[in-house]
Amino acid sequence: MTVDAVRTEETDPADAARRRFRELVEPELPRLYRLARRLVGEDAEDAVQDCLLNAYRKLGQLEHDAAAPGWLTRILINCCRDRHRRRASRPQELTVDDLEQFSLYRKLVDEDPFPYSDSLHLDFLHRFGREDVQSVLATLPEHYRVPLLLVYVDGFLAKEVAHMTNAPLGTVLARLHRGRILFERRLWDYAKANDMLRDPVA
Amino acid sequence: MISCAEAVRELWNYLDGVVDESECAAVEEHLTVCRRCCGELEFAEELRAFLARNADEELTPAVHARLHATLTDLEGA
Repeated sequence: MTVDAVRTEETDPADAARRRFRELVEPELPRLYRLARRLVGEDAEDAVQDCLLNAYRKLGQLEHDAAAPGWLTRILINCCRDRHRRRASRPQELTVDDLEQFSLYRKLVDEDPFPYSDSLHLDFLHRFGREDVQSVLATLPEHYRVPLLLVYVDGFLAKEVAHMTNAPLGTVLARLHRGRILFERRLWDYAKANDMLRDPVA
Repeated sequence: MISCAEAVRELWNYLDGVVDESECAAVEEHLTVCRRCCGELEFAEELRAFLARNADEELTPAVHARLHATLTDLEGA
């Protein structure tokens, strides 16, 4: 009995695996939840729950602990896709011509919405609250939104994102490029549509 | 010397450190003489920080507690 108890506490491999799982997952929860919010909105908590269950079942596939953040993210992205499968459509790649010419920086210089401002570009960004930015992000197609968030918010490398999303590196780089331009253009469109381009001084 | 259009196309990659040495040198050469592209570069940096700042989401105590409960259930499984 005593021997069994000691064995269970200290050497039971299943027990050790559970402890390892918790140690790996716990610090990632805020980041996983944030990403899920940006991907599936109100379903975020359910998606993270799916991710935890799947990850626990697949723990044996995780080769080393340092890979846990990327591994969990990959599982979460798949869970989010499963939840939104019915809504999802085939990714439509926007053509370069549609986007390539747009630069928010130049657009602001050309249109000069705040003529009395001496920091036009920053003033433009300051008009946006967190909810505005999140609304803009939500308008981006998922295949552009995911790489933008993973690289610029979570700090993953493009090649890690390629692995997480099962896409070739060249595709990820192209989507990052177009995603950035599209984000800039949607910020501009949103500001225009929501009457944010008026100079408060004027 | 590369054009503004070429420099701008490479700016984010330049910030990401995913341009090779010769592209990097070409962007830097352009930036030394072109004020507008320096503005573009600064704005690209601002915009990245702006995106990271605003994409954040508070994990509320209730959600946190429920996710923890799942972890605890798994441990007891």
